[in-house]
Amino acid sequence: MLEIKNLHTTVAGKEILKGINLSVKAGEVHAIMGPNGSGKSTLAQVLAGRESYTVTEGSVTYEGKNLLQMPPEERAREGIFLAFQYPIEIPGVANAYFLKTALNAIRKQRGLNELDAMDFLSLVKEKMKLLQMDAAFLSRSVNEGFSGGEKKRNEILQMAILDPKLALLDETDSGLDIDSLKIVSEGVNALRSSHRAIVLVTHYQRLLDYITPDFVHVLSGGQIVKSGDKNLAHELEAKGYGWIEKQEAHIQRV
Amino acid sequence: MNGHSLEKLVQKDYQYGFVTDIDTDTVPPGLNENIIRLISAKKNEPEFMLDWRLKAYRHWLTMKEPTWANVHYPAIDYQKIVYYSAPKAKEKLKSLDEVDPELRKTFEKLGISLQEQERLSGVAVDAVFDSVSVATTFREKLSSLGIIFCSFSEAVQNHPDLIKKYLGSVVPYTDNFFATLNAAVFTDGSFCYIPKGVRSPMELSTYFRINASNTGQFERTLIIAEEESYVSYLEGCTAPMRDENQLHAAVVELVALDNAQIKYSTVQNWYPGDKEGKGGIYNFVTKRGKCLGKNSKISWTQVETGSAITWKYPGCILQGENSVGEFYSVAVTNNYQQADTGTKMIHIGKNTRSTIVSKGISAGHGQNTYRGLVKIMKNATGARNYSQCDSLLMGDQCGAHTFPYIEVKNNTAQLEHEASTSKIGEDQLFYCRQRGISSEDAVNMIVNGFCKQVFKELPMEFAVEAQKLLGVSLEGAVG
Repeated sequence: MLEIKNLHTTVAGKEILKGINLSVKAGEVHAIMGPNGSGKSTLAQVLAGRESYTVTEGSVTYEGKNLLQMPPEERAREGIFLAFQYPIEIPGVANAYFLKTALNAIRKQRGLNELDAMDFLSLVKEKMKLLQMDAAFLSRSVNEGFSGGEKKRNEILQMAILDPKLALLDETDSGLDIDSLKIVSEGVNALRSSHRAIVLVTHYQRLLDYITPDFVHVLSGGQIVKSGDKNLAHELEAKGYGWIEKQEAHIQRV
Repeated sequence: MNGHSLEKLVQKDYQYGFVTDIDTDTVPPGLNENIIRLISAKKNEPEFMLDWRLKAYRHWLTMKEPTWANVHYPAIDYQKIVYYSAPKAKEKLKSLDEVDPELRKTFEKLGISLQEQERLSGVAVDAVFDSVSVATTFREKLSSLGIIFCSFSEAVQNHPDLIKKYLGSVVPYTDNFFATLNAAVFTDGSFCYIPKGVRSPMELSTYFRINASNTGQFERTLIIAEEESYVSYLEGCTAPMRDENQLHAAVVELVALDNAQIKYSTVQNWYPGDKEGKGGIYNFVTKRGKCLGKNSKISWTQVETGSAITWKYPGCILQGENSVGEFYSVAVTNNYQQADTGTKMIHIGKNTRSTIVSKGISAGHGQNTYRGLVKIMKNATGARNYSQCDSLLMGDQCGAHTFPYIEVKNNTAQLEHEASTSKIGEDQLFYCRQRGISSEDAVNMIVNGFCKQVFKELPMEFAVEAQKLLGVSLEGAVG
């Protein structure tokens, strides 16, 4: 589904990603871990099409197409979803309206009918149950005045409704208390399916206690320095990121 | 100049004067007492009207065009303006069928087919084409309730006592340069009178349209709400493409008596000039309401997307005890548009309250200024004001400016002021686009959200129109 080859990117002249290679297939859950500043969030943003990053080298193929040539909205319509680390507030725009506009833009691309208000509402209400959200949420402005937990839940709700093929979750666990973390994780788990790939970007192993990944990659200094299964996450948790960095230094010396 | 040569001059002007092509009856360009006499005579006005116009004109000669506003434009040559232009005089129209078919076509292009208006929308329309009203609908239904809704000229003929009593009572002919000019030369406008205890069963609506080239438009509107009455009045405007700048200096006066309520909504979409700022309407308008009676209320809601230059401060004089003034505004400037707009809330009576919500949107090279005055007079014990001024910037070539003036002469007053300036963020846009929403739709959505507080004050069908207008006005503002 997703094939990243030797991806290099810069922001404001500074190189952040220095040759990423990653292959993701439908049905898989990948966790990308790494210390702060390693380039995890950059990778998620670049895949979603953030224009402030410049790709200087390498390629990204998504379902056989050159992803890097597509504007963000086209990527979204083709099934790429990014759950933001810091969801954005849009004052005065009701959640329901925002979601319906997004959903219909995506449905149109997929050759489906636009949903009318009634059908949309029953879909949203069903998904809201999954994330234990209050009905009043629909008429509130997008993320405005939401608590950290509400914002993250809202991201997963959007994911549930937009039904992406490739979901990128950027630090979805950050700023969540244990109850919210459970709800959000259950939401994500319910969305695991054989036709969907999920890439989790996280600093902590904590999230992976709830969402078990098929693969774990460690990102450091703009490169994936180690890949493994879920046990790698536990190892990291026990030994800290310093362990990887030391190993790396050792390899370089050798 | 002696009497004889004056007469000759009049003759001469008259001789060359009437550029009567097929449909329009126009006086020569320029302004002098004779032109004013001519306008008054053509409208068959009573003596007091002519006197009032002349007093205004003489006062105007002593005035200087104001320069304090944060707008820039080449000097206006007031002698090049044609001060009167009317569709060819015809017999009084009894039905819509008698309206000039050409005129009807234009109205239809603007989406305001009078037939449809009459049949479907339940809105009475007093259509102003150039300077003279050509058709008024629903008048009978309204008149059965005692509501008078007609052109200003008709009101002068049929209700001179009301005109005499209220004309200039809110905006005196000495008020300001443009209002004074209007008082001297205004050709028509709307008049509305709601008798005691009557609630207008429909929204009263006037569509203005500027047509003849080089014709300054000097509308005058007067609305009087008697005790315990209610009226909602809609004003909407469109204008065709023009190369020369066109001056529009309207005056609107509202009077609310005890327990009366007037809601005045405007959607203004005059030609703003092309992308380089060429052409476009100068909209220098004086709008003011007087809450004369106790517990009266006047609300102004405006959505200003058009005009090259907007200079406009709809205000309220809160004279009656417990009276309420409101101002909700969205002003958009794109390309080279300039707007200097806001409100004046003058608290005179006890326990008077006012609310100001202003939303300025600047894009392209647009310059958007909020200028507002809240004045609490000595006897206005317990007065309260809440002001909120928000600016939204799109791009880095535009500007937003805020000038709130506050004068308080009574220390029991409570005033709150909030202001914010934000940029349509890269972040907001990216967030929307990442959800599959196109940039254009995303901008519309963000802007409409920003304006929601104001749009919810508009009558439903106007709110929909306003949202569309905003979209059109900001097309291409974010690349």
